[in-house]
Amino acid sequence: MKEARITAPLTAPHLAAERDLRLDLFRGIALWLIFLDHIPSNVVNWVTLRNYGFSDATEIFVFISGYTAAFVYGRAMRERGFVVAAARVLKRTWQIYVAHIFLFAIYLAEISYVAQSFDNPLYGEEMGILDFLKQPDVTIMQALLLKFKPVNMDVLPLYIVLLGFFPPVLWLLIRNASLALIVSGILYALMWKFGWNFPAYPDGHWAFNPLAWQLLFVLGAWFALGGAQRLSRFVTSRVTVALAVVYLLLCLGVVMTWYFPRLAFLVPRVLAEVIYPIDKTNLDVLRLLHFLALAVIVVNLVPRQWQGINSWVFRPAIVCGQHSLEIFCFGVFLSFAAHFVLTEISSRVPAQILCSAAGVLIMVAAAEVLAWYKKIDRKGSGPRSPLAQADLAGGGG
Amino acid sequence: MRALIAVLFVAISGGPALAETPAKCRVAESQLENSFPLPVVEKAIAAKNLTVLVAGSGSSQLPGQNGAARAYPARLEHALSQKLPGVTVKVTTDVKSGRTARDMLPSLKASLAEQKPTLLVWQTGTVDAVRIASPDEYSEALTKGVDAAKGQGSDVVLMNMQYSPRTESMIALGNYAESMRWVALQNEIPLFDRFHVMKLWNELGTFDLYSDTKKMDTAERVHDCIGWLLADLIIGAAQPGGATPPIDVK
Repeated sequence: MKEARITAPLTAPHLAAERDLRLDLFRGIALWLIFLDHIPSNVVNWVTLRNYGFSDATEIFVFISGYTAAFVYGRAMRERGFVVAAARVLKRTWQIYVAHIFLFAIYLAEISYVAQSFDNPLYGEEMGILDFLKQPDVTIMQALLLKFKPVNMDVLPLYIVLLGFFPPVLWLLIRNASLALIVSGILYALMWKFGWNFPAYPDGHWAFNPLAWQLLFVLGAWFALGGAQRLSRFVTSRVTVALAVVYLLLCLGVVMTWYFPRLAFLVPRVLAEVIYPIDKTNLDVLRLLHFLALAVIVVNLVPRQWQGINSWVFRPAIVCGQHSLEIFCFGVFLSFAAHFVLTEISSRVPAQILCSAAGVLIMVAAAEVLAWYKKIDRKGSGPRSPLAQADLAGGGG
Repeated sequence: MRALIAVLFVAISGGPALAETPAKCRVAESQLENSFPLPVVEKAIAAKNLTVLVAGSGSSQLPGQNGAARAYPARLEHALSQKLPGVTVKVTTDVKSGRTARDMLPSLKASLAEQKPTLLVWQTGTVDAVRIASPDEYSEALTKGVDAAKGQGSDVVLMNMQYSPRTESMIALGNYAESMRWVALQNEIPLFDRFHVMKLWNELGTFDLYSDTKKMDTAERVHDCIGWLLADLIIGAAQPGGATPPIDVK
């Protein structure tokens, strides 16, 4: 892998010069975990993060997306100016919107199939999920407006909003990174104080509140634009690591009481009243802290200079992480397909393991094909442009 | 001599042999773990008069003429009567399909005030999940309903959603199931984990919940078993000290 020159000297003081492969690695892993979590009743999703702490793969995905977006478009904004960078961000936003609508079409196909073949008297109420098929005029319109978001289709709309508003955020980040982070934190606090969220159809609000999750995205961007260097001492200090370990263990303990109700008494009532419910919609502070603690541990275990990352072992996850939008969408589709196989053919544990493994393999294969396409495209289009690496980076997606 | 032994046995075991939950239902017994007592029910059983209000939505009823008699509230009444001989058991219902937890509150409060039941069994969550209602509002409504029941002296058991393999990937139950677990935990009331009970039945092949049959037989047997297991949970939690796991008295 040519792009893996991670030992190159830093050319700009506030901007890491080379793409950090660790980002691709962990985003790739996050994509696998999201795929596994989206297959209902799958024994393999016991390996996923959410079973051992408050945060899950979504946090990793959003944070790294913020980081890469700032990395790629931050450079574009410095080199080519605001307008060009903003145009590129919005083009990417449009691609994600199209991908989301494509997933919605797949969802429609699946649900329509179920609708015409299923009429069990036990599940009259559950079949209410099909009611929207009775008024496609309203629901399809609401889906295009990103207000109607069926199950497992919440991440891309969040991403669309975050990227759509990213150009001015990036502009501020480049001029005064800390100020941008403070503004983002204030928005987060105001959201909690006033309960702001985007409306959804037919009821309620967005499952991932963009006004909350923007904090993690901006935080990722802030880290990419110099924050990582500024905090490197703090992140590697023994005290920080110790605090992170303690917090992760505490979270693990609390989560265990969910699976073993007999242990519930271990979480004192007073504590329970303070911490519950741990809100995913509004990115609960406890989730955010859990993610940050996890990040501290990972950064210490896998330092930037670590050469082992170039090993073939990590290639599958890295290549998935480098094509995250395509692989994310493909993963949502594959989780539908896996659920279909598990319910239609066999739902036994070996089948669950087989489906999960096959899904991950197919994701890797698809990512390799995409990498190959990019390679031949680049060869066909003459010499590498200075921004070619941005394309390689998945365009910040 | 034999008669004497029999009499002694009856005396020791505290009464005549009681009805046992069918083995078929009992395979999911492991999912009934509960550490919260039902003190009001305990007293009511001692006083030989138990009244239960089941409030719920579409999954607390079955369609058709015999639907009401075959649905789990009626089966619960049957199971409780069998297991508690000498106790007058009456189960009333406040069930209507298509209602979220919030939708149910007004009529729930009215039914509670009017009937003053020993126990409220509250089944809710499916409609909230289908309509993607706000999880906060759902938790809030649950807490209000539980407070209303406790406020006028009833015990409460919460019941979560059905396991539905066909629609599992289309309805995100997670948030709502977790909210219910938290509300149960915070209020120290039992949760009847219908989702995991049914899931286990499906996994073990006890019931084929994936079948696209339009016939009523499986649905009726599922409801019958839910009635029996719910009775086990209630009686278990009403033992002095809120015994767990539920004891099948022989």
